Amino acid sequence: MFLALRELAFARGRFSLMGLVIGLIAILMVLLSGLSSGLVNDGVSGLKSLPVSAFAFDEGTKTDNAFSRSVVDTDQLAAWRGQPDVAEAELMGTSIMNAVTDDGQQVDLTMFGVEPDGFLAPEAADGGALDGPAGIVVSESLRGEGIDLGTVITLDRINTELEVVGFTEGQATFGHVDIAYLPLATWQLIAAGQAPDGAAPTDAHLAALDFDQASVIALQGAEGSELAVGSAEAFAAGDAAATTTTLSLEESFNASPGYQAETMTLSMIQVFLYAIGALVVGAFFTVWTIQRGHELAVLRALGASAGYLLRDGLAQASILLVSFTALGVAAGVGLGSLMPEGMPFALEAQPIAVASALTILLGLVGAAVAVLRVTRIEPISALGGNR
Amino acid sequence: MSTTVDHHREPAQDRSAPGPAGSLGLHLRDVTLEVGDGGEKVRALDHVDLSVAPGEFVAVIGPSGAGKSSLLAVAGALAAPTSGVVEVLGQDLAGLRGQGQLAAFRRRHLGFVFQSGNLVPALTAADQLRLARRIAHRGGRSRSFDPAPLLEAVDMGHRAGHRPGQLSGGERQRVGIARALVNQPSLLLVDEPTAALDRRRSQDIVALLARQCHQRGIAGVMVTHDHDVLDHCDRVVEMVDGRLVDRRSVTLRP
Repeated sequence: MFLALRELAFARGRFSLMGLVIGLIAILMVLLSGLSSGLVNDGVSGLKSLPVSAFAFDEGTKTDNAFSRSVVDTDQLAAWRGQPDVAEAELMGTSIMNAVTDDGQQVDLTMFGVEPDGFLAPEAADGGALDGPAGIVVSESLRGEGIDLGTVITLDRINTELEVVGFTEGQATFGHVDIAYLPLATWQLIAAGQAPDGAAPTDAHLAALDFDQASVIALQGAEGSELAVGSAEAFAAGDAAATTTTLSLEESFNASPGYQAETMTLSMIQVFLYAIGALVVGAFFTVWTIQRGHELAVLRALGASAGYLLRDGLAQASILLVSFTALGVAAGVGLGSLMPEGMPFALEAQPIAVASALTILLGLVGAAVAVLRVTRIEPISALGGNR
Repeated sequence: MSTTVDHHREPAQDRSAPGPAGSLGLHLRDVTLEVGDGGEKVRALDHVDLSVAPGEFVAVIGPSGAGKSSLLAVAGALAAPTSGVVEVLGQDLAGLRGQGQLAAFRRRHLGFVFQSGNLVPALTAADQLRLARRIAHRGGRSRSFDPAPLLEAVDMGHRAGHRPGQLSGGERQRVGIARALVNQPSLLLVDEPTAALDRRRSQDIVALLARQCHQRGIAGVMVTHDHDVLDHCDRVVEMVDGRLVDRRSVTLRP
């Protein structure tokens, strides 16, 4: 470290320039990570907040957008309920609809039909829980769009009226669309095409309905069971009995609209960023090591071991990478907090920590490849005749 | 600045090194070094015999390409001779295996002075010496090291905090000499120390080198083109086409 620190101070211009690049990469990385987390939240926060271990889709449903494609019925639900380790199993309806508020505002809603007294029923942070056939509990994020408790929402085309009775705690979105929870029976009424035109659904409508289908079966495994941790073997038995295809909660994210395409695009950008970071750092230290070639040869002639110079070079690279990554992350977090409202952006500690560690680690790999040159320097080249 | 080489030649210290008594200093016996040059072997050193006693400062002169640098390289454990024996401090260098052992031997027993000092640009004069100390000793012994006395010895005490870029050529060379002495070497190898210096400074530098060798009982070998500085040397040998010719021996003491 003796030489490393003094060289950092001496060649501070060059090292600051390199540090600036590392810092900018770190900023970009934080912003990408924030965007990535934000899009994930926007895409699947509604799923994440459900107390669900897995979703069973109708067998053979294409994974892509499976939440909208799948149709299951009560027989399949009964088969799943008969499985061991299943703590809870319920039908759930999912569909995306357009609606208009009573003051003419357009809203998109993901309708989650759930049993009002079941394990999926939302806890309302404001207002009441799901109650009558026309009551809905909507995502907190809809408040910004002029929706309040008591707002009446009219679904497009079928003109069925629903009333906001509660708000969820925090954002609940699915495929970038805010969620409206409604009673499963009301969801089925709408799905069956028997919802009243120009009025709110009533208990009488529901009683007249003979429809036992929904989109998926939400499953909750018994605590500590294979099913609860999402083991594929645990799903196989239930799938065979119920003719379903079951995905764990995490796997089911891919079945929500656009999720896979978005996360893959961002992951690819991040991978490129890491590769660029490692290459830039490697290139810098290659040039730096070559530039110091004669000096290093002199030190080798004086008897410095290759290991000593290698450790020194790596220490130098670590100091540079760690300090400027930290600065970049701080600047990135600062910039991120200035992001406008409504942009899918979320700063989360864990992905940022992982990304910082990767930036530093891959930068060190790049630097190590460059600094390894010191082991190939011939001490004899320190003598004038061989210059 | 003294240009005399009047001095007290101290007896060579016992440096608790291996080897039979009386073989201290540098001994080259029948050393030949062939350098591969595109398949064609060039004989850089041709059956060279040379002994330098502790406290003796010997100049090696000769035209470019005569093998002067090769002589420094084999004596300095930087190149292994094709045949013959190189003995430093009673240690046959052929007994050292690999780069690691050679480097360890260099940092413990040898001092190098290069053309124009060859200092590390980032380090102050005092730090140049500290680095040389750290290279040779791990931990506490290098931390307690005080570079001041050595810098004083080369008249650079007042420049301890200056970097090479702030020093003149002569000053750089003085720091380079102090650096070579940090680990109390038994053998000092000096490569064209006056190449970048004017006449007066050259005299000062070579006088300083000779004085340090005499005072500290170090065997010194200096390769040079500069015939004006030879008066300071105890002995001058000339190299021609890889062979060593004793040109003159100077007795500097009554």
